Amino acid sequence: MSVLVVVECDNGEVKKSSLEVASYGSQVAQLLGTTATAIAVGVATEANLAQLGEQGISNVLYDAEPRLKDFVNGAYTKLIAAAAEKEQAQVIVLANSNIGAAVGSRLSIRLKASLATNVVELPKVDGGKFTVRRGAYSGKALADVVLTGDRKIIAVKKNSIEALHNAGQTATVEQFSAQLSDADFADAPKQVVMQEQAGGVLLPEADKVVSGGRGMKGPEHWSLIEDLAKALHAATACSKPVSDADWRPHHEHVGQTGITVSPNLYIACGISGAIQHLAGVNSSKVIVVINKDPEAPFFKAADYGIVGDVFDVLPKLTQAVKELG
Amino acid sequence: MKFLVCISNVPDTTTKITFTPDNKEFNKAGVQFVINPWDEYALTRAIELKEAQGSGTVTVINVGEADTEPNIRKALAIGADDAIRVNAKPTDAFFVAEQIASVAKEGAYDVILMGKESIDYNGFQVHGMVGELLGIPTVAPAMKLDMSGNTATLEREIEGGKEIVEVNTPFVASCQQPMCEPRIPNMRGIMTARTKPLKVVGPVGSGARTEVAEYALPPKKQGVKLIPAESAGELIKLLRNEAKVI
Repeated sequence: MSVLVVVECDNGEVKKSSLEVASYGSQVAQLLGTTATAIAVGVATEANLAQLGEQGISNVLYDAEPRLKDFVNGAYTKLIAAAAEKEQAQVIVLANSNIGAAVGSRLSIRLKASLATNVVELPKVDGGKFTVRRGAYSGKALADVVLTGDRKIIAVKKNSIEALHNAGQTATVEQFSAQLSDADFADAPKQVVMQEQAGGVLLPEADKVVSGGRGMKGPEHWSLIEDLAKALHAATACSKPVSDADWRPHHEHVGQTGITVSPNLYIACGISGAIQHLAGVNSSKVIVVINKDPEAPFFKAADYGIVGDVFDVLPKLTQAVKELG
Repeated sequence: MKFLVCISNVPDTTTKITFTPDNKEFNKAGVQFVINPWDEYALTRAIELKEAQGSGTVTVINVGEADTEPNIRKALAIGADDAIRVNAKPTDAFFVAEQIASVAKEGAYDVILMGKESIDYNGFQVHGMVGELLGIPTVAPAMKLDMSGNTATLEREIEGGKEIVEVNTPFVASCQQPMCEPRIPNMRGIMTARTKPLKVVGPVGSGARTEVAEYALPPKKQGVKLIPAESAGELIKLLRNEAKVI
């Protein structure tokens, strides 16, 4: 009986969301009086995996099979299921990412487990009762869900758990093979295309986001958004009307039918704050709204606001960030 | 080719969310229900592919009680050929996945499409569960879907990019924009939908694996602190010294 955490790596580095997942898993292990093991997927280095000790992981399993570099649903599912069997894992924790959700849902059938996605807090364990809190109704509500199966799979929402940093702790790294065959790679991607990220920060992983709406009046004005984002090391995002009008790519659309973000800081520029947009951002820690209409509904959901013209305010903010150093 | 499209009946996107006094269930009073917006991509794309192929059928499946039928009829009005309603409350993703897998197996469908997730439960789970129950590939979330014979080419969204994936039928895909422009019913569609077959079947399977103990609303904001536009730079100082986020 142990806790297994699934750690996603990219270019040798452990993703930020996976540091949160590892921290979540080690705290669950503590609650259950056991240890947490990680299974790493993607391209990892042994040194970076050993550092998962800082998040409370004791042992890391890693399969160096080169075809596991890109996400392959069949192969990843088999690999993680094999690790879960080896560890006799009672709880499996992964990120609520496109990889985590795809693998977690298949695993829940294969391992006959209860699955909760979009989880935002550590579980409450009361006798045999295991309860997690998850986001529901597109961020407009929270649900406490009891996982009734013997085995549990938990997908943790990004930015909802603080990553632990126990300096100096290291994990052992163990080579692990799930004996994958060609058939497990039948659904391997033919091609992987990465998009250029404005400012180099990936939106779903970002802890700061600068977002623009129709008030930006056209794609030609986006340098104002990008300049502030660059100065803050933030990702850029947009509202639905903006991506519908092709001013910005779809993958930047934040809202009920776009992506949901929960950064520490969300700066909304020229976005009125339709309820569908709020659903995608309202779990952000601090929300700043800049809009020239003082009646814009977004101000009701904001922590800080500036009633003013984005074309005048944004350059001043960028300047102020640069002066801050 | 036989398409099976899974639709959820969800509160309209502008709904103010409230719960019953014991906080155990969503308060449906006065709420308008719609076809889950993500599912509209799946439905429209299935109809487009069927039209392009010049033959085949699009069947809609919903797991729900009788009050979901207006939205099933709406899906038929948009262009689905027939519908199946599994007469049960959709208690959790696993329960729903078992119903869909059972119907899909019996009907030998080639392509099973659904939205990325429902906007009420936000599970993003059913696609993978159905694929695994049937032992067929799942592509989720898919932004593009084209068919050539029995081979589908899909674009799958990943964090920061996309994968181009090829799979053969049968397969499951969960859909999102920009896959297609969702259709709305026209008058002719609404008239013909009334007489299209809608079969009601009973539930199967072993039941839910999760239970909602209680719902809660997110904590309310303290209220907005306004900074005059002339001294916009002050905001940055507040974000550093007061909110401590930069």
